Amino acid sequence: MDSRRLPRTVIDPKVRHVGFFTSGDPPPARSLSVPAETGASALSPVGLPSPPPTAELSLTGNSLPAAMTPPKRHASAEGIHSLVRAAASSTPITAHGVQSPRRRDGIQISIGSYNPSEPNALSQVLSPSSSRFEGTEFSDETAASAWLKRTGSGKEAGSFFGSSSDLMMSIESNATTPFRSALTTVSVVKTLPEVTGKDGGASIETLNEGTGTVISVQKTTKAERRAIQEGQRAAKAATKEAVKGGKSGGGAPGNTKQAKGAAPLYQKKDGHQDTAVASERRTDRNPDKDRKKDVPQPSMQFDDRTRVEKAKKRAVVSQREVRNRVELFRHLPQYEHGPQLPYLESKFFHLGHIHPSVYKVGLQYLTGSSTGGNARCKEMLLGFRDAILDYSTPPEKTLVRDLTSKINSFVSFLIECRPLSVSMGNAIRFLKSRIVKLQPNLSESEAKSNLISDIDHFINEKIVIADQVIVHHAITKIRNGDVLLTHGYSTVVEMILVQAHELGKQFRVVVIDSRPKLEGKTLLRKLVMNGLKCTYTHINAISYIMHEVTRVFLGASAVLSNGTVYSRVGAACVAMVAHSFRIPVLICCEAYKFHERVLIDSICSNELGDPDVISHVHEREELNHLQNWSHKENLQLLNLVYDATPSDYVSMIVTEHGMIPPTSVPVIFREYGRDQLLFF
Amino acid sequence: MPDIQAHVNDFVLKLKRRKIEGSQATARQTAELLRAVVSHQRLPYTNQALALLDAVRDVGEQLIAANPVELAVGNIVRRVLHIIREEDLTSVASAVDGLGLSTNSDDDDNFEHDDHPILSAAAVAATARSTLRAPSLQTLLEGLPESASAPRPSSSGGDSEGKSKSAERKKLKHDVIEAINELIQDIETCHEQISEQAVGLIHQNEVILTLGRSKTVKEFLFAANEKKRSFRVFIAEGAPRYQGHVLAKELVAKGLQTTVITDSAVFAMISRVNMVIVGAHAIMANGGVIAPVGINMVALAAQRHAVPFVVVAGTHKLCPLYPHNPEVLLNDLQCPSDLLDFGEFSDCMDFSTSGGSPLLHVVNPAFDFIPSKLVSLFVTDTGGHSPSYMYRLIADYYSTDDFVVERRIKS
Repeated sequence: MDSRRLPRTVIDPKVRHVGFFTSGDPPPARSLSVPAETGASALSPVGLPSPPPTAELSLTGNSLPAAMTPPKRHASAEGIHSLVRAAASSTPITAHGVQSPRRRDGIQISIGSYNPSEPNALSQVLSPSSSRFEGTEFSDETAASAWLKRTGSGKEAGSFFGSSSDLMMSIESNATTPFRSALTTVSVVKTLPEVTGKDGGASIETLNEGTGTVISVQKTTKAERRAIQEGQRAAKAATKEAVKGGKSGGGAPGNTKQAKGAAPLYQKKDGHQDTAVASERRTDRNPDKDRKKDVPQPSMQFDDRTRVEKAKKRAVVSQREVRNRVELFRHLPQYEHGPQLPYLESKFFHLGHIHPSVYKVGLQYLTGSSTGGNARCKEMLLGFRDAILDYSTPPEKTLVRDLTSKINSFVSFLIECRPLSVSMGNAIRFLKSRIVKLQPNLSESEAKSNLISDIDHFINEKIVIADQVIVHHAITKIRNGDVLLTHGYSTVVEMILVQAHELGKQFRVVVIDSRPKLEGKTLLRKLVMNGLKCTYTHINAISYIMHEVTRVFLGASAVLSNGTVYSRVGAACVAMVAHSFRIPVLICCEAYKFHERVLIDSICSNELGDPDVISHVHEREELNHLQNWSHKENLQLLNLVYDATPSDYVSMIVTEHGMIPPTSVPVIFREYGRDQLLFF
Repeated sequence: MPDIQAHVNDFVLKLKRRKIEGSQATARQTAELLRAVVSHQRLPYTNQALALLDAVRDVGEQLIAANPVELAVGNIVRRVLHIIREEDLTSVASAVDGLGLSTNSDDDDNFEHDDHPILSAAAVAATARSTLRAPSLQTLLEGLPESASAPRPSSSGGDSEGKSKSAERKKLKHDVIEAINELIQDIETCHEQISEQAVGLIHQNEVILTLGRSKTVKEFLFAANEKKRSFRVFIAEGAPRYQGHVLAKELVAKGLQTTVITDSAVFAMISRVNMVIVGAHAIMANGGVIAPVGINMVALAAQRHAVPFVVVAGTHKLCPLYPHNPEVLLNDLQCPSDLLDFGEFSDCMDFSTSGGSPLLHVVNPAFDFIPSKLVSLFVTDTGGHSPSYMYRLIADYYSTDDFVVERRIKS
């Protein structure tokens, strides 16, 4: 097993990447904050004021049975190469014993493979160690130089930096040790004390408790150095530790994931020889995600630090945190996407596991060049279609499993680019259920063509034809002389208006627009091009213009089962004012955007856009009062993307299944949901 | 007189061109102009008050016509008219008092003597009202409300004319100018008086939402902040002028926790807001509010979530008119270029020119009307009032005769 893995890790692009970056290149942009987070959380038990949940640390620690190896590496750095070998040989055993995720011991071995070749290059020893705990994506950025250069994009980074220098002061060994120990503590913190107890128990001496754990890492190293034959014992200890961790942490959210992940990962171990290691790592992390998705589960809460840390470790897209978060929205992902594009572009060749067309879709999401539920969903499905076309099952793998995990990796990439919309979630569910339901006796090409026709069918039936049916229904509600109001830009509403105009109905359209996207302008342009009479105004003037209006047509991003309409921000305002003027509000929405979730406000579930566009008023430079103020600590800019319209403001929802009151949304689930491929 | 007319024309032009920003500035400048008018007005020997009233009304009519939407102008004109009437009443009262003492011995003046107590009582009541003290029980008992009201000044002016000395003639003008000065001072200090009440209305950790920028709101929040109340403010930016950004900047500079949101996110955010505080453009007699555009939306959202909706405004914004269709009649439509870049849509607009009637119509109103049922509280410089009390407050500041300035002139 070891002999099989060693060469593979050597060819691991990630590891090579590490070596490249440690040679003094400036760290990539995304390394700015992400390692800072982990570093801070790692150091916090080292006596820092910032208190991250220690449970989280212990969990990660427990899940990494090979945590003991870094000390060994340190030893090697100090000149004893044979120790490294011992460590390398011992780690797989420990890892194997606890059935840890493979990627971890894989990297461990990479360490082993590295050290003999360059035993004295501390930085190179360091970097694999960091790659071990930060996941594959961050392997390139953890050279000590990178840590030092990070001037801290957030408080935590700053605190970490300071504390690391503290450590430097307090520990009088060679200058790099604190860094190494700091790095290793990320995963080792909890495991080590006990190991120390066995191996070098008397090691914690004069230093305070916080740094004690860090020091213990070193002491362990010394203990190891002293007795090489104890390697085996240490492995046992680690095994015990990990088993214990698995038991004790079973209830915690982070660890359950790990535990769940372990089983499927292990099953897969046999078939991986040919695929690229990077993609393999990605894919085999995903089945646990998949499993989670089967159970309806609330979306990720971003104030849950454990999970955020984990998500970050996985992330491809660098996720820089917004400087001034809005307290109410801590649970939502708050990332700035703007500066990431060049980075992600440069990253293209390292993301071998993501199909180019999926990658393209992701970039489009990131830049915002494709917006709107339908467009995004269509693009995603077409990207998946391309990926499936180019897909070939690796030998010794089943198509169903491997393709599902591939789709999962695509989806997680897309989520990093932009949170999924409900429509996309439904489409993904559809696709996955189709993959799962594939007949096992089908050949690969048959299966692929089946899937592709399924995707085409979905796009055609659920989006294209559904829109036509909706238009057909909605047009019956437009009378001559009507004044129709709409907000933002919904493709369905545009089709309704244009077709009604083509049918010769006499009506006028009021287009309400709202910052920051000003999507109404797009709609206005299209309508005016088609010769419709339009009135254009902004959302504040809604109470003024509502006097003239006879119907309100709105699109929706999702319709939830309590009748709440989840839509572009501002739609709720429009519906509210219309309601107060006793004007009917018609929501036009395809049934594939229905979701069985419920929502009662716009805060629990939402998406945050780029806050900087709030301060920047387009085309009107004289109004940009906040241009250089966004860094102020007291000032937060909040760019909500969606809001939830209560069902009592909605008169009618027009779907392809007919026109229903908002109270009948659950009926659509009951009647159509099961058979209509939406939910199996 | 000609120099005054020049000033008036100048001001009228400014109003017409909407050069004066904010109703407070407008109110102050109007009051200053009217003070000049009063001081330059040559008073005839007889009917002084009437002459003053006519002069002020004359100028006032021009000013109101210059910008009928800026209700503060009309309010100040009416306030000044009211001041003249009241000063006239008090001067008559004092004159009559003096007269009464001298004529007490004369028996032939019995009729007039009977009249005096009533007059003086009315005058006392009027002064009591003007200083915002509650009228004492005695004056309530003695004073007949009819005598205090409208037709009196002219007649009493004529009445007193025969008897008042030349010193008292000068005194009326002087008193009126003094009173106008007080009015100007009131307008200038209304923010302080309003913001004094901030601490009583804002509690610790309050979440406040406002839209756009109002100087009164700003001062109100500052005052609460200075009293070490910590609270956070959500500011809707207030398209199309985006003055919310300016307010955010000012609040941040003072160290307040400020969050800027888009106008469209008001409904999403209001459920987490404890109080909405907005400024007003004018308060109508029925308790309705004319406010910068977008605030009606906020008020509706606040009502939906039962969030108190507080309007802060100086008394110079109190308008004695009952609005009819205020959304249209008391609104200002502003330049469409605020919303839409013409260059961007010139290609679309070309279609319209070829087709005859324009296809594209851009609406950019300046104000919203908020019906009184959506308002929880008015905070004025005289204290907090409920919308239903506004009519009474108006009766304190205006005489019913002046409610319609123009018709008076025509008749």
